[in-house]
Amino acid sequence: MAEFLSPLLNLFPEGLRELILILIQIMLVVMPLVIAVAYTTYAERKVIGYMQVRIGPNRVGPIGLFQPFADVFKLMFKEIIIPSAANKFIFFTAPVIILFAALVAWAVVPFDDGWVIADVNAGLLYVLAVGAAGVYGVILAGWASNSKYALLGGLRSAAHKIAYELAMGFALVGVLMASQSLNLQDIVRAQSGSVLHWYWLPLLPMFVVYFISGVAETNRAPFDIAEGESEIVAGFHVEYSGMGFVLFMLAEYASMILISALTAIMFLGGWLSPFQGTFLEAAFAWIPGIIWMFAKIAVLLFLFIWFRATFPRYRYDQIMRLGWKVLIPVTLVWIVVEGVAVYFKLGPWFA
Amino acid sequence: MSFIKLLFLVFASSAVLSAFMMVTTRNTVYAALYLVLTFFSTALTWLLLEAEFLSIVLILVYVGAVMVLFLFVVMMLDVNTAATREGFVRFLPLGAGVAIIMMLEMSLVLGPKLFGLDVYPAPVPKAADYSNTEAIGSVLYTVYVYPFEIAAVILLVAMVAAIMLTLRRRPETKYQDAAAQAKVRREDRVRMVKMESETRVADIAKQGDGA
Repeated sequence: MAEFLSPLLNLFPEGLRELILILIQIMLVVMPLVIAVAYTTYAERKVIGYMQVRIGPNRVGPIGLFQPFADVFKLMFKEIIIPSAANKFIFFTAPVIILFAALVAWAVVPFDDGWVIADVNAGLLYVLAVGAAGVYGVILAGWASNSKYALLGGLRSAAHKIAYELAMGFALVGVLMASQSLNLQDIVRAQSGSVLHWYWLPLLPMFVVYFISGVAETNRAPFDIAEGESEIVAGFHVEYSGMGFVLFMLAEYASMILISALTAIMFLGGWLSPFQGTFLEAAFAWIPGIIWMFAKIAVLLFLFIWFRATFPRYRYDQIMRLGWKVLIPVTLVWIVVEGVAVYFKLGPWFA
Repeated sequence: MSFIKLLFLVFASSAVLSAFMMVTTRNTVYAALYLVLTFFSTALTWLLLEAEFLSIVLILVYVGAVMVLFLFVVMMLDVNTAATREGFVRFLPLGAGVAIIMMLEMSLVLGPKLFGLDVYPAPVPKAADYSNTEAIGSVLYTVYVYPFEIAAVILLVAMVAAIMLTLRRRPETKYQDAAAQAKVRREDRVRMVKMESETRVADIAKQGDGA
């Protein structure tokens, strides 16, 4: 990418080139991401619509394709209401924090071999840490609104994120053990071979636990108790209107896409072609890796939407039980199993 | 002044400043948030030392878990800020005295005499593929395996003790047994009764007439 941009970069003085290059790379990731977020909301409404034998949005543009833009403009011009007893500074900082956490993790996500903003050695840990920082947005939004519903939403979110972060961390320990690396690119490279070499097979329980925890971490149905319309109205963002609400939605969908991308990288071979190692490999070799990556992300995003249309919301105590008493023990047992497999160099994954 | 040094000064001053604000601020939620900022700044200074594993783990554990639990508690408290201010002036001399003694002790031990550049030369920057995580792991599980395991056992004991302290049987409280709930079959809850259909009295009378 740097060679492709070199004529443009030569316009700038020597010291600034690296900074400009990084800024361009950030724009190349963030702009498509925002568009993807817009069309994920559209896809969600359309897919759930068809699942419920409705048409979904169909008025703005052909088959409703401009609906997300209509929504954004509507929300942008809405009045921003600040609760009179709110803590104004934190009230406005909270959506920024949550959006920051949802965007900043993309720095280490590789879209293809070498297509990454920052090739960090401890990429896996970085992703976990950034995800952990995102909890503050929800908790602070709940507290700063000075509303009982919002506070309850924030508290619920604090409790359930800690539980699921542990399960998520343990699932990643499994990936780390299998790939012997914390670098996301190395993790993908370690999975090359065929579909059966991808970690979804040897780490199947980890894969399931990670994706469930990912759904919980992003506050999506059936784990969306932080919002819980039926009992606490809209939870932590009940007092937000206009742009504040847009930022929460943007962050939620961006982290959905992020979780899908990370699951694709760690368990579904990232940019690797699913035909690798079969007789079809040469026939599909012309497809660039980034297309496979996007296809995997899209499939996982569809699962998010499917879950939302299928499962009723968990009760609070059920969420806690699932997190602490089911998911964490499952990962712990599988870490031991995997340890044995690594020790005996069980092929082809741990050889 | 190099860029790294500038970064260090920014992070270090932010760490000290936010630690100070954490102690002096009146709002308990602000205090927790300042502590988060202190952890963040400290983690960033560690990152400058090429200790990326420790730095990220500091954020992961303290910012991501410990402080979230702190906030959880602090947010639910309705602290009277005037009452917390009351003792501030009274205990200020004592607190300042302790702080000064600690500063003195630390400067005695960590001063340039014992930790100067001539005693401990600045480490050579590592190559880009050097993995700090791997380095820590290989030392932790070989040379320091016993201290590491002992620390882990102590933590486990503390955890068990903490759970035991809060574990009390309360017979008046009703608990849900999820396993029992899941095990329930239709037969346990619903009894199917088979009955012959009744005939109306008038029909019986009619039948009697016919016979």
